[in-house]
Amino acid sequence: MYDYSDFDESFVRTRVAQFSDQVSRRLDGSLTEDEFRPLRLMNGLYLQLHAYMLRVAIPYGTINPRQMRQLAYIADTWDKGYGHFTTRQNIQFNWPKLPDVPAILSALADVEMHAIQTSGNCVRNVTADHFAGAAADEIEDPRPYAELLRQWSTDHPEFQFLPRKFKIAITGSPHDRAVTAAHDIGLRMTTRDGAPGFEVFVGGGLGRTPMIGHLVRDFLPVADLLPYVEAVLSVYNTLGRRDNKYKARIKITVFETGKEAITQMIEDRFAEVKPLFHGADQTLLTNIRAAFAQPDLVTKPTEAFDAFYKADPAFRAWADTNLSAHRQADHAIVTVSIKAHGETPGDATSHQMRVIADLAETFGYSELRISHEQNVILPHVHKSDLPAVHAALSLAGLGTANVGLLSDIIACPGMDYCALATARSIPVAQEIATHFEALKLEHEIGPLKIKISGCINACGHHHVGHIGILGLDRAGVENYQITLGGDGTERAAIGEKTGPGFAYDDIVPAIERILRAYLALRTHQEETFLDAFRRVGMAPFKAALYDGESAQDAA
Amino acid sequence: MTRNYIPKVVTANRLREGDVVYQTADDRWSLLHAEAELIEDEAHAQMRLLHAAAQKLLVVGAYLADAKPGPNGPEPIHFREAFRTRGPSNYNHGKQADAKNV
Repeated sequence: MYDYSDFDESFVRTRVAQFSDQVSRRLDGSLTEDEFRPLRLMNGLYLQLHAYMLRVAIPYGTINPRQMRQLAYIADTWDKGYGHFTTRQNIQFNWPKLPDVPAILSALADVEMHAIQTSGNCVRNVTADHFAGAAADEIEDPRPYAELLRQWSTDHPEFQFLPRKFKIAITGSPHDRAVTAAHDIGLRMTTRDGAPGFEVFVGGGLGRTPMIGHLVRDFLPVADLLPYVEAVLSVYNTLGRRDNKYKARIKITVFETGKEAITQMIEDRFAEVKPLFHGADQTLLTNIRAAFAQPDLVTKPTEAFDAFYKADPAFRAWADTNLSAHRQADHAIVTVSIKAHGETPGDATSHQMRVIADLAETFGYSELRISHEQNVILPHVHKSDLPAVHAALSLAGLGTANVGLLSDIIACPGMDYCALATARSIPVAQEIATHFEALKLEHEIGPLKIKISGCINACGHHHVGHIGILGLDRAGVENYQITLGGDGTERAAIGEKTGPGFAYDDIVPAIERILRAYLALRTHQEETFLDAFRRVGMAPFKAALYDGESAQDAA
Repeated sequence: MTRNYIPKVVTANRLREGDVVYQTADDRWSLLHAEAELIEDEAHAQMRLLHAAAQKLLVVGAYLADAKPGPNGPEPIHFREAFRTRGPSNYNHGKQADAKNV
């Protein structure tokens, strides 16, 4: 992975020194809260419902074992022994105390990490396919481009005060695991005449006005990436609405300007910007590429895997759900589930972080990724090592065989932590997982993505969940709205509302009614929930949700 | 006295720790909602809020939250405020764990 240059190191250390001074001045009264707030947000420090929260960037979800151990150390030293992996491939600490934050940032800098640009109206952490560099279907590892974008966008003077925050996602595979269509800019790698390039989507986003990104360029040669992205940002920076926070994202700019007009404006600006790039970006990209060289994968027999797969049902269940195809057939991509039934989605204890770091070093070429689905990935594991990996994970409470299934739920922190939330999400996720575990229906139901947000800002990606749940405050009571048919892949779609929402105590039974209706109407076991929904539409699910309810009321 | 005024408490987060606190009638900041001053007059509420907001070295983000009288002192009305009196529901963290040491 990319190691900091002297420039990066000095930049991060300087920022830690600056912010340490700012914290001192806040604590001694030299800075008011109004003066301090933008400074702390620039450094990822929020004040949440019960405490401060520090959001630490994990660029494009790539992290090494040494960094993971340092996160564990921070969790033990200054927090409550755990961290929360987010849908933005970041990690959040929920309980730091303000006087300790400079020490935490310094500890992060020791392992080439920081919390810069994890908040504010700037280009945020660039997210990427969590199978990057390992996926069997990958055209090219997208991370060198993501790192190029990170370096370009960090402290970029033109883009520090955008109309609103700006999120870029990138995938190197035709199968989109990075939800690129729901980002301000989505980059999907493709090829033309054998040369790699990007399809560029602009103006996607979830939140209160969910939109799927518009294709503004069907083939962008990779060498044009920075000037083109700069042109998009430049047009947005000029046109974006600073008068209304709720209309400030680029999705609204695209909507109000029109796809054709904004595409032309981007191309015109690109024509101006392109000649200003004299190739330094390409030299940089070449150097960055070298840092992402593939590990030398071992070759050895895989009989141990086959024997365990036959003999051990627990291992077989885990292998069936948590492994994905690696580009080298004798290796596998392991998704470590941070979704044990009844636990908080995305929360890992310091012990679990250390176990994962050890496994990455012993069996995984020291590589790790964090997924936007709040799991941890060991991208390269030889198949013969999988039984040992599974055994170690299971001992640490990390062996749950549920990736891609009902209990592999994305949930934002919701009103248990977040100051913006209008309802809780975590307990809803916990109860759905334990309820269906007790019914033993999870494997019968098969592939299913449930995504839960605790407010309209949609950090839990509920719009692109096959089943989306949105927690709202209806007249002082928690109320949960359901959407069906959302999809975050290359077939991206925004879920459709079922109708009136459900009270906190009624949401799990409502989900059960939907899923029992699905089991009853699917044509065969291989027809997934999403496929069935696409075939039959909303009506049978609406009937299952609401007809029974009115009958009950009448009874 | 304002008619139909929903009583209020002044609440904020501690500057250093971030803990949720409530302003008491004798000008302390308490972790316990029941110790808060229950303010039933709108003008007095504004005065108490200004007083709280001026304590820049102690608290952040002071605001007035709806409350009602209870047997042991003021009680929150909205569920958000009820959560703030305790802490998160997924772990025994925050005030629900710390309050026994107060």
